[in-house]
Amino acid sequence: MTSAAGSAPWDLFGYFADHREQVLELLWSHTWLSVLPVVVGLLVALPIGWLARRYRWAYPPIVSVTGLLYTIPSLALFVIMPTLLGTQILDPLNVVAALTVYTVALLVRVVADGLAAVPEDVLQAATAMGLTRLQLLRMVQLPLAVPVIAAGLRVATVANVSLVAIAATIGIPQLGQLFITGFQLSVSGPYYPPIVLGIVLCVALALLLDRLIVLSARLLTPWQRVVTAR
Amino acid sequence: MIRFDAVSKEYPGGTVAVDELSLTAPSGTITVLVGPSGCGKTTSLRMVNRMIEPTSGTITIDDRDITSVSATELRRGIGYVIQHAGLFPHRTVVDNVATVPMLTGTGRRQARSRAVELLERVGLPAAFADRYPAQLSGGQQQRVGVARALAADPPVMLMDEPFSAVDPVVRDQLQQEFLRLQQELGKTIVFVTHDIDEAIRLGDTIAVLAVGGRLAQVATPAALLATPADPFVAGFVGRDRGYRALAFMSAEVALAAEPAVALGSPLARARDVAVDDWVLVVDENDRPQGWLHLPAHPAGGPGPAPGEVGPALLNLGGTLAPVGGTLREALDAALSSPSGRGIVVDDAGRLVGSVSAATVLDHVHDTAADTPARGGA
Ligand SMILES: Nc1ncnc2c1ncn2[C@@H]1O[C@H](COP(=O)(O)OP(=O)(O)OP(=O)(O)O)[C@@H](O)[C@H]1O
Ligand SMILES: [Mg+2]
Repeated sequence: MTSAAGSAPWDLFGYFADHREQVLELLWSHTWLSVLPVVVGLLVALPIGWLARRYRWAYPPIVSVTGLLYTIPSLALFVIMPTLLGTQILDPLNVVAALTVYTVALLVRVVADGLAAVPEDVLQAATAMGLTRLQLLRMVQLPLAVPVIAAGLRVATVANVSLVAIAATIGIPQLGQLFITGFQLSVSGPYYPPIVLGIVLCVALALLLDRLIVLSARLLTPWQRVVTAR
Repeated sequence: MIRFDAVSKEYPGGTVAVDELSLTAPSGTITVLVGPSGCGKTTSLRMVNRMIEPTSGTITIDDRDITSVSATELRRGIGYVIQHAGLFPHRTVVDNVATVPMLTGTGRRQARSRAVELLERVGLPAAFADRYPAQLSGGQQQRVGVARALAADPPVMLMDEPFSAVDPVVRDQLQQEFLRLQQELGKTIVFVTHDIDEAIRLGDTIAVLAVGGRLAQVATPAALLATPADPFVAGFVGRDRGYRALAFMSAEVALAAEPAVALGSPLARARDVAVDDWVLVVDENDRPQGWLHLPAHPAGGPGPAPGEVGPALLNLGGTLAPVGGTLREALDAALSSPSGRGIVVDDAGRLVGSVSAATVLDHVHDTAADTPARGGA
């Protein structure tokens, strides 16, 4: 049993000191479970978004179908993934795959709209200069879509940090575990420290990842600072 | 040489934008496509670099069918300039200009140093090289657009209303520099505009298109002004075309000697040489400085030397016509001169003689009587 002093909700520091190693491990797995799907999701969403932009007729069906994916409840997706992928029920890959689906759902539209945001006269000029489609994408469309895509990545990443926590209910260890621990320890009376610690770490992680995306986008778009500085 | 041979373009939906266009744009000259909005100018232009495929007909550049090479390769040999320049907002000015040379294998360092040269050539200081397009004015962006189109030294340039989006003063300057540049480079240029004045100023050949993509007339600027082929062209060319046509006739009029006094001469001397109370005042190098109206300054003016011809006494009105210039310049000099005598100067700006409006008009009258009306080419 924990001491009475240790049961104060704000004694998360005491709790952290006692379970340091375990909590850091949870934090680490929470981080990669959140980030990996964003990376894979972006790689998948890029070609799909490009198709939706390239062929105008394809935009409505692609965007609505991928958008619909977002409405599947996350718990359901976690549970059916092993069947779809042929993985073990406790394989973290299930979580990564499920969250990748959400990221794709979110980013396809973002990518398509980001590519569409390139001014028409810039596209005309680039085409007239003899850029191939691939060069156009790499040298003009993608660089100019960075601000829009980065905004989408921020939403997807923060959403993933909170969605990952749900995976604790199916036994994948990450910060969500702290909520379950807190819940179990509260049977004989409220015991908040692990729960508060979990919330604080989740928020801190989301903020950190968000900042990282903002910073990298800023590094990739020096021309934008010039414009806003005027 | 760019040749359109019975080229038509019908858009899906049935709009005929270009109708059986046959036209030759001679090498090393500027051919202007002019016409009202929607007459198919842009469509015609874009068929040359295959941004638009014709429905029928063929286009050749130097007798080679443009479909005989890939669109990408074709485009790299054709400079293209559009209304708002279409610069890449995420690339610096120098990188914008160096884009095509770098695509075609020129090293980065060499492409950039050539880009800076080109920027200076189109009138932009090298200090602009590292700016982003958003940090330039519209006129400056347009200069970069021209430099970028010239970067790969293409023999052919297509320009779609490149100077329409800038104010009249900047446009005038850009047109002037464009003509100077073309004199050095001798590119084969197809230039689209809806502004007949621009067409007349820039074109060696002008093709007037009517709505529906019909070619109404092809002619030199002078012939277009003198003999419009039909009422549409006459209407499009505009009302004061008679006056504008003077810009295409050289002023081979006899000049009268114009007596002048130098700045600092005694007023008494000015009184001796004045004609109709007006006397031209020149500097020590014989360059006209202005007119002195003697009745207005019976005793000279204020200042340290009241008995002398000083700068404060001068009327600065009156444009100067260059010797060997056009009738329009000569007439303008005469009409704007306070004495009614238009001053003609040589290349160094020195006084050569004067001409009156009556002399110019007599000359126009004689020329018109000598020259039978010329038809469109
Ligand atoms: N992609 C398109 N689809 C259908 N019709 C088109 C298309 N592009 C142009 N048109 C039509 O073709 C005609 C010629 O268009 P074009 O752009 O060549 O005119 P323009 O002479 O350049 O006009 P402006 O001076 O206004 O630029 C117009 O009637 C226009 O509406
Ligand atoms: Mg047009």
